[in-house]
Amino acid sequence: MNGIISGLEGIYAVWLREAKIYVREKERLISSAISPLLWIFGFGAGIGSTVESVEGFSYMVFIYPGILVMAVLFTSLFYGIYIIWDRKLDFLKEVLVAPVSRASVFAGKMLGGVTDAMVQVIFLLIIGLIINAPLSPISIIQAFLMLLLISIAMVSIGLVIGANLQSPEGFSLVINFVMWPLFFFSGALYPVGKLSPWLAYATSINPLTYGVDALRGIILGTHQFPIYLDVAVMLIFAVIAMGLGVLSFRRM
Amino acid sequence: MVIRTENLTKKYGKMTAVDSLNLHIEEGEIFGLLGPNGAGKTTLISMLCTILKPTSGRAWVNGFDIVKESAKVRKSIGIVFQQPSVDDLLTGRENLAMHNLLFGVPRDIRKQRITEVLSIVNLEKRADELVNTYSGGMRRRLELARGIMHHPKILFLDEPTLGLDPQTREHIWEYIKDLAEKECMTVLLTTHYMDEAEQLCDRVAIIDYGKIAALDSPQTLKNKIVGDVVKLKQKNPDIEAIRRLDYVRNVQEKDGLLYLSIKDASKHLQDLLTHTGPIDFVEVRSGTLNDVFLHYTGREIRDAGAEGGFWERVMKK
Ligand SMILES: Nc1ncnc2c1ncn2[C@@H]1O[C@H](COP(=O)(O)OP(=O)(O)OP(=O)(O)O)[C@@H](O)[C@H]1O
Ligand SMILES: [Mg+2]
Repeated sequence: MNGIISGLEGIYAVWLREAKIYVREKERLISSAISPLLWIFGFGAGIGSTVESVEGFSYMVFIYPGILVMAVLFTSLFYGIYIIWDRKLDFLKEVLVAPVSRASVFAGKMLGGVTDAMVQVIFLLIIGLIINAPLSPISIIQAFLMLLLISIAMVSIGLVIGANLQSPEGFSLVINFVMWPLFFFSGALYPVGKLSPWLAYATSINPLTYGVDALRGIILGTHQFPIYLDVAVMLIFAVIAMGLGVLSFRRM
Repeated sequence: MVIRTENLTKKYGKMTAVDSLNLHIEEGEIFGLLGPNGAGKTTLISMLCTILKPTSGRAWVNGFDIVKESAKVRKSIGIVFQQPSVDDLLTGRENLAMHNLLFGVPRDIRKQRITEVLSIVNLEKRADELVNTYSGGMRRRLELARGIMHHPKILFLDEPTLGLDPQTREHIWEYIKDLAEKECMTVLLTTHYMDEAEQLCDRVAIIDYGKIAALDSPQTLKNKIVGDVVKLKQKNPDIEAIRRLDYVRNVQEKDGLLYLSIKDASKHLQDLLTHTGPIDFVEVRSGTLNDVFLHYTGREIRDAGAEGGFWERVMKK
């Protein structure tokens, strides 16, 4: 019992620190508000003017679920870079020498990253209402939960990479090799129904495809896979990613 | 015994930073580690506080093995790192509050502990400002406050008073002494200030190249090793003849002056001067810990010399 309380307090302490820093580093807040705006209005509106409609939706609305996933993916993965800065500035030592388990430290950091991503999601859901994406109170809650699950998985992956690398430059390099394939082969920008066989294969082994599919199902009502499969795949992926995260933190 | 090491060794590649070290520290003791830059002090402390794994050998802190029972070790210790480690974007008070949570200070005494340590390091007025507005010395004081706040059984201090003004240093010495006595806390500290070691430490170890060169109370080391120091100026001194005198322990020549370590200058000075013959200048003072240090390491305390500090070494690679 005491162990559980001290574990939870450890998680809370680490999370609280992350949340405070996030609010105080204005650049982080601003960039998390601006980049998805650019995608929706720049990309969505731009291509949307040349594409008639996709599956009965304007292109901007069609890619809206994909943009949600993308925003969560980018913010979550990149969050791993802060662990490298923490280590460079020796701040992490204070936490690593404290009598809290590495699992708690990981959980606190992970929730900190998830908080960043979900603040962005709230921005995006408001934008969704503005561009007339078909959102209902129920679908907003469902979308939020699904994005939360995706964020947990992706922050964990980012932290695994951050915990195993020493330099921010190395992190950027590796993360690009992880992030872009995950994104491009997820069907975030196009429907996965009529793809060439190899592309269909690439998307089907990408866990993020199932995240995008779930959100399209929730928001637009069109989907490829049953929702329980989408959720199951993301759930398993998140559990594996968290496991790897805890292992990486133990070795730090 | 609260801290015990057995052939504790840490190697970085071919370089041995801590070399088969055997150290015993008793409960309630304030123990000082002295040594030139790169001697291995920080490496030793990092191993004892479980953030660095030894290459070989073993060590116990508060009775717990630092590798196999690291969680229990971490429950027993407090530490002030050599490098700054407070969080810039939190306030002083927030840093302390986070530490309270991380180190499991009971809920009902958290506020009181924070107030207590803030007043010891004189930071009450600035406690609610962000740390990035603090001066270097203020950050150091905050780190000290943090290290002692949870009343650890064993406190590691890696150059705790570096960059602090004299008043604050004495204030902090007082508090450390007090805490060691009242709470029976054991303190292992490193320092480059000889006065700090002399005032604060029950015993000191001089370490160099990862090995212990000498270990005893400051007083004993001074008596045993240097005694008094006689500074002489003489044209063409006969160093060999002086060295042969049985009360002369050591002779060093520097900048045309002779420095002699003498067992008891008040007793032997007359005799010494009859042996040296006419001199230009003589000065007698009692030996200090600094003399002991020089005797063992042959280097000034701050000398980056051949070994160099950490950065010099990294840059060379
Ligand atoms: N991470 C590292 N990788 C390689 N060598 C290291 C590392 N950390 C320390 N060293 C080396 O180990 C030796 C001991 O370093 P350490 O930091 O323990 O010295 P120190 O006694 O604390 O010195 P100082 O008085 O400068 O703080 C040095 O030669 C240093 O160059
Ligand atoms: Mg050091």
